[in-house]
Amino acid sequence: MSATITPFAQTPEAWKLPYRSKVGMACLIIAESAIFTIFVVAYLYYAGKSLTGPTPREVLQTPIFYTICLLSSSLTIHFASRFLERRARGAFLGFWFLTILLGGLFLYGTGQEWHRLIYEHGLTISTNLFGTTYYSLVGLHAFHVTVGLILLSIVFLFGLTGRVGSEQSARVEVLSMYWHFVDAVWVVVFSVVYILGR
Amino acid sequence: MSSDALAIRGAEIEGRPWVEALHDWITTVDHKRLGILYILYALLFLVIGGLEAIVIRIQLMRPHSDFVSPQVFNRMFTMHGTTMIFFVIMPVMFGFANYLVPLMIGARDMAFPRLNAFSFWLTAFGGFLLYFSFLGGSGLYGAGNAPDVGWWAYAPLTSRAFSPGHSADYWTIAVLVSGFGSIGTATNIIATILSMRCPGMTLGRMPLMGWMTLVMSGLVLISISPLSAAQIMLIVDRYLGGHFFDTQAGGSATLWMHFFWIFGHPEVYILVIPAFAFASEIIPTFSRKPIFGYPVMVAATVCIGFISMSVWAHHMFTIGMDSAANTFFVLTTMAIAVPTGIKIFNWLGTMWGGKIQFKTPMLFCVAFLFQFLAAGLTGVMLGAAPFNWQLSGSYFVVAHFHYVIVGAILFCIFGAIYYWYPKITGRMLNESLGKLHFWLFVIGFHLTFDPMHIPGLMGMPRRIYTYEPGRGWDSWNLIVSIGAFIQGVATLLFLVNLIVSYFKGPKAGNDPWDAWTLEWSVSSPPPAYNFAVIPTVESRRPLWDRKHPEDPDSRYE
Amino acid sequence: MNLRGMKQEGVARRAVGILLLVFGLLLAAGLCIAGAPGENPVPNIFEPHSTPADWIFYLSRFVLSITGMIFLVVFVLLVYVVVKFRARATDSPHEPAQVYGSTQIELAWTVIPILIVVVLFLATTRVIHAIQDAPQPPNAVEVIAIGHQFWWEFRYPALGIVTANELHIPVSDPANPTPTYLKLLSADTDHSFWVPQLAGKTDLIPNRVNTMWMDPHRTGVFLGQCAQYCGTQHAKMLLQVSVDSHEDFAAWATAQKQPAKNDETASAGRRVFEATACINCHAVAGTAAKGRFGPDLTHLMSRRTIASGAAENTTENLGMWIQDPEMFKPGSLMPAMKLSEADQDALVRYLETLR
Repeated sequence: MSATITPFAQTPEAWKLPYRSKVGMACLIIAESAIFTIFVVAYLYYAGKSLTGPTPREVLQTPIFYTICLLSSSLTIHFASRFLERRARGAFLGFWFLTILLGGLFLYGTGQEWHRLIYEHGLTISTNLFGTTYYSLVGLHAFHVTVGLILLSIVFLFGLTGRVGSEQSARVEVLSMYWHFVDAVWVVVFSVVYILGR
Repeated sequence: MSSDALAIRGAEIEGRPWVEALHDWITTVDHKRLGILYILYALLFLVIGGLEAIVIRIQLMRPHSDFVSPQVFNRMFTMHGTTMIFFVIMPVMFGFANYLVPLMIGARDMAFPRLNAFSFWLTAFGGFLLYFSFLGGSGLYGAGNAPDVGWWAYAPLTSRAFSPGHSADYWTIAVLVSGFGSIGTATNIIATILSMRCPGMTLGRMPLMGWMTLVMSGLVLISISPLSAAQIMLIVDRYLGGHFFDTQAGGSATLWMHFFWIFGHPEVYILVIPAFAFASEIIPTFSRKPIFGYPVMVAATVCIGFISMSVWAHHMFTIGMDSAANTFFVLTTMAIAVPTGIKIFNWLGTMWGGKIQFKTPMLFCVAFLFQFLAAGLTGVMLGAAPFNWQLSGSYFVVAHFHYVIVGAILFCIFGAIYYWYPKITGRMLNESLGKLHFWLFVIGFHLTFDPMHIPGLMGMPRRIYTYEPGRGWDSWNLIVSIGAFIQGVATLLFLVNLIVSYFKGPKAGNDPWDAWTLEWSVSSPPPAYNFAVIPTVESRRPLWDRKHPEDPDSRYE
Repeated sequence: MNLRGMKQEGVARRAVGILLLVFGLLLAAGLCIAGAPGENPVPNIFEPHSTPADWIFYLSRFVLSITGMIFLVVFVLLVYVVVKFRARATDSPHEPAQVYGSTQIELAWTVIPILIVVVLFLATTRVIHAIQDAPQPPNAVEVIAIGHQFWWEFRYPALGIVTANELHIPVSDPANPTPTYLKLLSADTDHSFWVPQLAGKTDLIPNRVNTMWMDPHRTGVFLGQCAQYCGTQHAKMLLQVSVDSHEDFAAWATAQKQPAKNDETASAGRRVFEATACINCHAVAGTAAKGRFGPDLTHLMSRRTIASGAAENTTENLGMWIQDPEMFKPGSLMPAMKLSEADQDALVRYLETLR
């Protein structure tokens, strides 16, 4: 069309829109919440309906310690984020590593529990409705923890090589949103499996 | 200036090997190119899905036909439904959203260009995986089996016991993978709309297409995920010995239905809301008036988004829910008819007092209005549960939803292609061929889908590869099939128009329709960066303000 | 816009009008197909002969009249707009008045549909409740229908009858109703019981018990078929409901309760039946055959069709069915028995004694 840029109106003063990565992560969290909701619904629907096999009451042991680990990791990642904003790189790295450690401990605990359930009680995903819904729900969550740990580790490695500064704090914040989501899901899964479902 | 840019680009391209151009397209992260890829992909599968429909209609032309075996027929209707929904309509909607939304909101690209490309290729891979089943899927009857479980893949038909081999897995995994692609694109669209609008463009000043794409994307986030979850559960059942839908182990077949339709109903709004978006852009332009009642259109769309999550079991009225449950879903289904129906009045109001130009895009949108009216009303009939106990699972339902998907959605898609093709390619589609396409398609559409209601009323169920003669269904099926061929011919004409006009069509210029949204302010096709200077807007129709500086919209909003 | 375009529209509109007229006439004709008395060849939902189907029909008339009126009003408005406000060559070059909306109009066209929807909802709720919550009277005939791939099993627990594919129920006098209540179960995948003239459809879902009822007001044969895709031969899982007078029903029930007659002339065929795999799937009361995978054959010859309606019950068809089920019903779960011709003939002769 014409070569001149026909003028539009003057730019209004403060045109501030949400940070796109936060919006994107929020969308991902919404979608993932929907997926988890369906698995939770299936778990609750089938509670008590297994025709055979071990029941939750018989075999489940409440993983209090590992839950505390995971939920504390939300606290540590929060602090890590704050430290990064305030340019305290050392503290950031320390708390970030602690987060990864606590998350790793949680996964270890899950693995330990599964080992016990499979080898001592014979409960597998194909044993009965409880087995199917339990391993699917807890497994889906553990998968998300694993992915989170991988992402956290990548950031940690970048941090060790000095590439993560306060300029990246917004992005780190987005990743910690994901981690908080994973923890929140665990609160729900924990309540459904170890409290309600028994 | 932009035509200079085109000339320069042309000179650059002269000496380029075609492999390089291909590489550019495959690795592109530009929203316009990805939009075009989505649309071309959808057109390819439109032809394939259409061929499957032709096979179905030939088989059903007369009773006890043996044109295809029942096994092949069952694969045809499964693939036809799955293809049309997941690999035609959804990609075409994402394609247009991709192409248009950044341009309409004054942005240079989508929020996450690489995620954009990744999502497209996920969806594309899903489609090719699904069709690979024709070669690779082994089933009960040997190798080369596409899925034959219907596009809803009800349990326990999909269990290992009743669907041995891998045909059901092709359905599950192909749709699951493309579902992830859809979630990616929806995320991208939401982030783009919320975070990348140009200065002055508050949410209340976005073109309606922006709002509708936003609501559609929100629906994708919360409704595709339940389907993905159910599909993961199905895979657990089929491969890890799980019992989610294993009725022998106490599992529930109806649980699959609930999960599927919690996806399935919002899905139809995901399909139709972008069609509404196209109509809401095209009808005002060719009526020469702004959309009537913009705020109510937005509110109605948002309402539809919310209510659509509560109506799903109207697809399950016959499964034996108790009267309280059935009553609840009748209530929500009737409720959603209101915001959906009043939109027709808004479009009517837009045309009222206007100076309507019946160019091809407008022809398609006018037909859309008539046909969506009828489709919505047959939907209301289906929402009355006892009436549904007769009509569901019959050809009445098939007629209803094709009335929506073809009569409303596909017509809007055709309209959108005629409307935005000049912007995308820089050339006009041939208007006479367009009108021929329109009239032929209208005739074919009505010849097929009007009579199709009748066998349903006379007891003909759906998904049957043949039927008994003498039940009063025979002649109607013949007429229905004839209409299908006519639609096929019309579609071929359309494709010819697309191809020939690309090379020979008259140059379009920036703004062939004298429209008012931002995409018409740049060249056709737009430069890679969209806008040389990010615009600032003061109203919903920035180009109206520019063209009518004595009477800008900003004075009235 | 140009005159040629407008003329094209006019022509097209006339064509559409003629098409509609033709459709209307064909529709009227189609819905009036009458069969011989007692035979109801067209399972037309607008020709109900049982209370649930009647109530659905009345509701449908109400819904259709309301939606019909809405369609007419909006259709006329649309046509008016398209004609009145089209751009003419004689128009001024200015844009028309730019109207952004009107709160009153939008309020009106929101409130009126809401009212219509409320009315429809109330009418619908009444019928839902009437059909689904109707209490079962003590003299109802109880039938258990079990859906199989691709045939129907019918059991009358109170009468001690097991049969297949063709349902017999007594006619119900409105003054003294004797409805039939069906309990719907499934042995494998989802099915749906749909005989349009007697009731709306209800699904048969494994691991779930559904119920439905019907009280036909006149005798005759009513047709239907499975209405939920259940696999390869969903299309030929046909239904036939024979509504008998009370005397006929009693006679039928008495006959069905009897074990199979032992006809000595067919003993060769009976031996073939009992020695080959037939008894793994089929049952014949009073013999060693107690298979439940396939239809009960005790009174096979009392049925008009075989293979759940896929073929007429004739000697020739019986032979072909046993030899190669794929001929009538490709994908059915009955295997081709591959008997010698002599064995097959004997077998058919035996089956024909199962009256």
